[in-house]
Amino acid sequence: MAERTVSVASEVGLHARPAATFVQTAAKAPYDVTIAKAGGSPVSAKSILSVLALDVRQGESIVIRAEGDGAEELLDELAQIASAS
Amino acid sequence: MDGQRKTGTTAGDENGARSLAGTSLAGTVLAGTGVSPGAGYGPAHVLAGEIPEPDKEARHDGDAAAERARAERAVEEVAADLEARGARAGGEAEEVLGAQALMARDPSLAVEVGELIERGVAAPRAVFDAFGKYRDLLAAAGGYLAERVADLDDIRDRVIAVLTGLPMPGVPASAAEPFVLVAKDLAPADTALLSKDVVAAFVTEQGGPTSHTAILARSMGVPAVVGCAGATAIAPGTPVLVDGASGQVLLAPDPARVAEARAAEEARRAVLSAATGPGATADGHPVPLLANIGGPRDLESALANGAEGVGLYRTEFLFLDRETAPSGSEQEEAYRAVFEAFPEGRVVVRTLDSGADKPLAFLPPPEEEPNPALGERGLRMFRRYPEIMTAQLGALARAATGVSAKVQVMAPMVATVEEAEWFADACRTAGLDGAGIMIEVPSAALRAVDLIRAVDFFSIGTNDLTQYALAADRQVSAVAGLQDPWHPAVLDLIAMAASAASAAGKGCGVCGEAAADPVLACVLVGMGVTSLSMGAPALPWVRAALSRHTLAQCRDAAAAARSATSAQAAKAAARAELPGLEALAF
Repeated sequence: MAERTVSVASEVGLHARPAATFVQTAAKAPYDVTIAKAGGSPVSAKSILSVLALDVRQGESIVIRAEGDGAEELLDELAQIASAS
Repeated sequence: MDGQRKTGTTAGDENGARSLAGTSLAGTVLAGTGVSPGAGYGPAHVLAGEIPEPDKEARHDGDAAAERARAERAVEEVAADLEARGARAGGEAEEVLGAQALMARDPSLAVEVGELIERGVAAPRAVFDAFGKYRDLLAAAGGYLAERVADLDDIRDRVIAVLTGLPMPGVPASAAEPFVLVAKDLAPADTALLSKDVVAAFVTEQGGPTSHTAILARSMGVPAVVGCAGATAIAPGTPVLVDGASGQVLLAPDPARVAEARAAEEARRAVLSAATGPGATADGHPVPLLANIGGPRDLESALANGAEGVGLYRTEFLFLDRETAPSGSEQEEAYRAVFEAFPEGRVVVRTLDSGADKPLAFLPPPEEEPNPALGERGLRMFRRYPEIMTAQLGALARAATGVSAKVQVMAPMVATVEEAEWFADACRTAGLDGAGIMIEVPSAALRAVDLIRAVDFFSIGTNDLTQYALAADRQVSAVAGLQDPWHPAVLDLIAMAASAASAAGKGCGVCGEAAADPVLACVLVGMGVTSLSMGAPALPWVRAALSRHTLAQCRDAAAAARSATSAQAAKAAARAELPGLEALAF
């Protein structure tokens, strides 16, 4: 199981355009990808509604997890989206 | 309004669509308030009624797999339609509609819908409940997320409409012939794709002269009637003749009547095109006619309609929907494009007008405001974020350097002398010559004599001035009847501001919707208003109305209006003094 913890840098948090890009990227994976707030329970990273409902604000940390072929690369890509300002 | 939304009217609507749809409807006349002049004729496209909440107990026939497939097809149809509409609209609408499509295709939502259907719940109810779970989550989060609830409800209602065979919410973007759009009221989202080629006229049950529909109709140059009781009971497809001046809506008119209205419309156009050149009364008293614009993209229409300059450049469009403030150089570029379009004219720029009702991500209001209209908006916001004001004034001063247009800057929402002085100082420090203020708050009009000493000019924002004078929230349709600039109390406030400016030898313009009403425009000039600024399509009407009356007639009309005791009586009294309006069919 690959895992990344990243701090969300966008001023709008993980909402609006950053959230859409994040979800569309996660949706490319044929396996489950989850996202959780630090210490919170994970939800599907492919679900825009679940990701929005997490209400991740600027500066908050998220934990993203995936397992499967190319999971490391996928998580790197997702981490980059989340940490972009 | 939970679970309820506008959609196409179905037969048997509570207002009695059937009775109007019957054979006796020919010649039926509905009456409302004409807010955008002209005659429009076409079949009614009724956008009203609501998607009812699907029955809680509804079960499917036992074939869960088939019901799931039906739900999935409906969701995909809606998502694809949202995407297609976004692609047609382009720009910001494409992003908004694309995000909605992404929500519609949310896999977690599909799982929830599937599970409910497996338990026997009929697809429409399963969709309603599955959306409900996320709706509650988003609503509870507040702020930005709570605003997404409307997006989610829209998707839900679209899916339910597909599943239940109800007409799809929303307005068709294309049509074989232009239709008359009939609705309870219209939201900006309903109208993003509309063009003059598609809509012959607007008729709404709610709304007043400053409603979204009225403003949109005038900016499109399409006839409109608002506040028209019973409109949504018109059977879809009924031929409708709309008179956007008198407010009459005629159902299934006989062909002779339609031909007559079209001929009158042509005659009116001829009168309009006869009046050209700078705005002036019949006896040559000049009244510069200026355009209200939101950015460089509105310039073409302003120039085409003969604007002599810009009386209101709303700069907030540069700032909306952004995560950070636009840079100084980006602002400078947008401002210069407008200044250069009017080498001989005047351009009045309104500084950023934001607040709780028009929130900006980078200027968060400090606290929840129960009455945003009475909160920290306009210039008040600049007191909290002076660096944003300094950056904007700096960009304006740089953009004004080396252009020949007469650039003037004004601040919105000024209530006191101290605020006016503070803003005028900031303009001078930035190197800007002409500093003015908007007169929107009654206190500013009442003490106009004191405020005019601090600034170079006034510009009256009649929409807000009316809302504050009558204590009637522009967003609350129940009090829309009070939102009428013809109210003598509003006319008095305008007259106070205009005479204070005139006594000081300074200008006092009007840039609210009132300036776009050809009758009221004459009254404003009669009260001493020195320039009129409006949505560009109204310019020819106002130019024609002024050119057909002398300044003395305008003054008589103003005096008659101010002697009245109601908005209706004021308008009637003014009309009686303005005989030249008849040729314009007002």
